[in-house]
Amino acid sequence: MTDEKRIAIRFDGDIVTARQEGRSLAAHFGFSGSDLTVITTAISEVARNIIQYAGSGEIILRLARKNGKSGIVIIASDNGPGISNINKALQDGYSTSNGLGIGLPGAKRLMDEFTIVSQVGKGTTITMKKWIR
Amino acid sequence: MEIPIFKQGEYLIVSIQSVLADVDLMKLQDNLVTQVGKYHTRGVIMDIGYLDVIDSFAARTLRNIAYMVKLRGAEVVIVGIQPDVAYAMVQLGLSLKEVETALDLEEGLVLLKQRIKAGRDND
Repeated sequence: MTDEKRIAIRFDGDIVTARQEGRSLAAHFGFSGSDLTVITTAISEVARNIIQYAGSGEIILRLARKNGKSGIVIIASDNGPGISNINKALQDGYSTSNGLGIGLPGAKRLMDEFTIVSQVGKGTTITMKKWIR
Repeated sequence: MEIPIFKQGEYLIVSIQSVLADVDLMKLQDNLVTQVGKYHTRGVIMDIGYLDVIDSFAARTLRNIAYMVKLRGAEVVIVGIQPDVAYAMVQLGLSLKEVETALDLEEGLVLLKQRIKAGRDND
């Protein structure tokens, strides 16, 4: 198995593919138990975010290393409308699409590191990491 | 993938046996609400033990299904949520709110019978 996977996100079935690829790659990197479910759930939220707001995009999964630790990095990127107020997008209960407004803040809680870079009219890139405990 | 719905007397049992895309859950919502009326169902058990992920969309849809079925006059119990899934759901900040849950099918049936009886006693 390679240490990197790229999944094109174009329709809702791709969310399932991203989840499955994420789970198996995370297991391959050494994650186990509830961490696998946590990682898979976070991938599902950012993948759905792509579909909902940008229509299409990509998720890249790869091995992460830092200070002797290893883990997984998940990069979700799109060329969609971008997020004008990132602080608001990370607030619980805030949604511009009639959702629960729990996806992004929830994914942030599930992961160890979480950053959003977004430019209105250009797109959004979410990078999140989880380290093996 | 069509999710099977089994009729068992005045109950309907939904047994999820595959990974679900969003459209599958939406289809289940439509089918179940229709069947509750067709069979005059008093109670529904949804076994979601197969699901290895319940994200915000799935939680919201399951909750909506439970509310709709209740509006159609039947009780609902969701059973089988795996421990890792429960853990991730809490971390994510999800809840099924007032939806009844039970450990497994057997305990779900006991709870469902109690709920239906309580509903009848209140009439």
